[in-house]
Amino acid sequence: MKKILGILLVLVILGSGVLFAAGQQESGLIKVGIVNLPPEESGYRQANVEDMNTVFSTANGYDAKQTNTMDNSEQIAAAKGYIRDGVDYLLISAANASGWDDTLKSAKDAGIKVILFDRAIDTAESNYQAALLSDMAYEGAKAVEWVLGLGLDPINLILIRGQMGSAAEIGRSGAVLDAAKAGKLNIVADGTGGDSWSLEEARKVVEAAIAAGKDFNVIYAENDGMAQGAVQALEAAGITHGKDGKVKVIGFDFNRFALRNVQSGYWDADMQCNPRQAAEISKWIKSGNIPSGIIYQEELLLTTDTITDALIDQWGINADPGKGVITR
Amino acid sequence: MRTSIKNFSYLFLPLSVLALLIIINLIKGADYFSITMVNGALYGNIPNIFFGAAELVILSIGMTLVTAASRGQDISIGESATITSAIFVLFVLQAGEVTLFTILVGFLFSCIAGLALGAFNGVLVSVFKVQPMVASLILFTGGRSIAFMIDGKLSPILANDISNKIGTVIPGVPIQTPIILTVLFIVFFAVLLKTTNLKLYVETVGINPNAARLNGINPKKIIFLTFLIMGFCTAVAGFIAVNKAGRHDSVNLLKLIMMDAILAVAIGGNSLGGGKFSITGSIIGAYTIEMLNRTLLRLEIEPAMIKVFKAIFIIILMVIASPVVRLKIRKVVDKVRSGKTAVNQSKGSTPLSTANIARKKEE
Repeated sequence: MKKILGILLVLVILGSGVLFAAGQQESGLIKVGIVNLPPEESGYRQANVEDMNTVFSTANGYDAKQTNTMDNSEQIAAAKGYIRDGVDYLLISAANASGWDDTLKSAKDAGIKVILFDRAIDTAESNYQAALLSDMAYEGAKAVEWVLGLGLDPINLILIRGQMGSAAEIGRSGAVLDAAKAGKLNIVADGTGGDSWSLEEARKVVEAAIAAGKDFNVIYAENDGMAQGAVQALEAAGITHGKDGKVKVIGFDFNRFALRNVQSGYWDADMQCNPRQAAEISKWIKSGNIPSGIIYQEELLLTTDTITDALIDQWGINADPGKGVITR
Repeated sequence: MRTSIKNFSYLFLPLSVLALLIIINLIKGADYFSITMVNGALYGNIPNIFFGAAELVILSIGMTLVTAASRGQDISIGESATITSAIFVLFVLQAGEVTLFTILVGFLFSCIAGLALGAFNGVLVSVFKVQPMVASLILFTGGRSIAFMIDGKLSPILANDISNKIGTVIPGVPIQTPIILTVLFIVFFAVLLKTTNLKLYVETVGINPNAARLNGINPKKIIFLTFLIMGFCTAVAGFIAVNKAGRHDSVNLLKLIMMDAILAVAIGGNSLGGGKFSITGSIIGAYTIEMLNRTLLRLEIEPAMIKVFKAIFIIILMVIASPVVRLKIRKVVDKVRSGKTAVNQSKGSTPLSTANIARKKEE
């Protein structure tokens, strides 16, 4: 047992020596530690991680290390490691919103600036420098504004929620529920795609509404996959949708396949949830002018009228099926 | 005559549950069974259920065999299907032009991958005697990441005409393609079980592996075989799922479907402890779960509560299905029947007699 411990100790010392040497060599670079979720979490995360990698590269003057894990305690361990390494900036997208207080405080004591991105942490605002987030309530409000502006009377909407209780679901549903309460629209069916924001579940929600003889003219699906499932149900039932159709369809997240569907008039609109915070954060760091508190990103809503190839290319996430290709 | 009654009592549970759901739905709307023609295909609640449950039915067939032989469950089926369908998509997309031939070859490749994944689990369970749930935990944990790598860290789009026809309808055919594929698959299995000794061997191994071994049946081989079949089932299910979705979402494709598959096996009147099994029961079980999901939506239960209601429903089902209640039902049935047939076979002798039959067939 002692032997193993000894060997481990030697390895740790050797390892940290190598790290230290590597750090010394690139002394001109800004040292950044990034704690993020793994790319296989979602299409959103995939774009997010890729964006972090391109922006915080050696070519751009950064010495960045990235840890991707869904485990909150592993994330905290990684953050502590970066604090010990003496990074200049610590960027965190936390798996879990709680349990970070000590880590954040020790970063603060070490003079490291902490910037949260994408996900907020439940802690005092003094524990971090800034947080660059997507405002889910803003996304919902913007989407509902589009629905109300369609000129339909009455608006009979099918609400397809995401994972119940998730930040995205609460924000995106909130706007619809408020509008319904204010009497601006009717929710004729209220369903969820479940924890996996499931295409199949969304399809079933719409099929159940059709089976019950509900009359509806808007589908509000809180991500692109569920919008796709909903439209599959419409197709099978022979209900028209999209640009010249009866039912107006809106999805969220800006997957490129969804944007192509909007472009082709197969769907009507898509609301962005921007995973590309890196450029903005890099701008802050480079200018030395870092804001404090929570900053919300500007996000777009594209419709069949406003969508362009350039926008799809620039803001879309995930694989592009190509112009004119409809993903049914 | 007696066997037919016995078969029916096996299916009593799944059928009674199904009947209950149908009654609830009929109360909610009398037009529940109505079927119309939409764009040249049948449309209605019943076709929707058959369409929606396609993958679940196929997977629960495999799950029944695995459960019966290995006395445990494969929890990696959703992940296996995600990997096999990733390979299918990879092949189809790199082929450039999508023809029926590329789709078929892609499907063959995904079947090979499915068999390989099945063999992986099978070796762990049969040779290394790892508990099935633990063995399949490996793929359950890592499977989606593997599929994500095969996908090239993206969700590839499968937007082509043939895939769309496989996922929806072929013009001129009034039934949706996934339903046809499911029926073909069921027929294939029915023929397989009718023409081979598979069912007998699997049941023998599941009831008592040692007795099976003494009677000349190699339990390792049989357990391995059931996992291979499971692998094939995941390939078919993955193929249908990805063609339905039109794109490969490695994160969410068939996520947590093993829960429903295991449940389908249980509702089908099968013991999760292995042994005797009824594929018919599992198939009915799978359709029952699909119908339950849709019934909950039909009842317009609010989204936050829908899982609670599903759980309550399942608890009720499981209590009805429990050995205690079933024994009571059997006693009542036996009492009614005792007037007609004097001889009642005792339950305890079943393993021995099955093993003997197996031995006779071997000879």
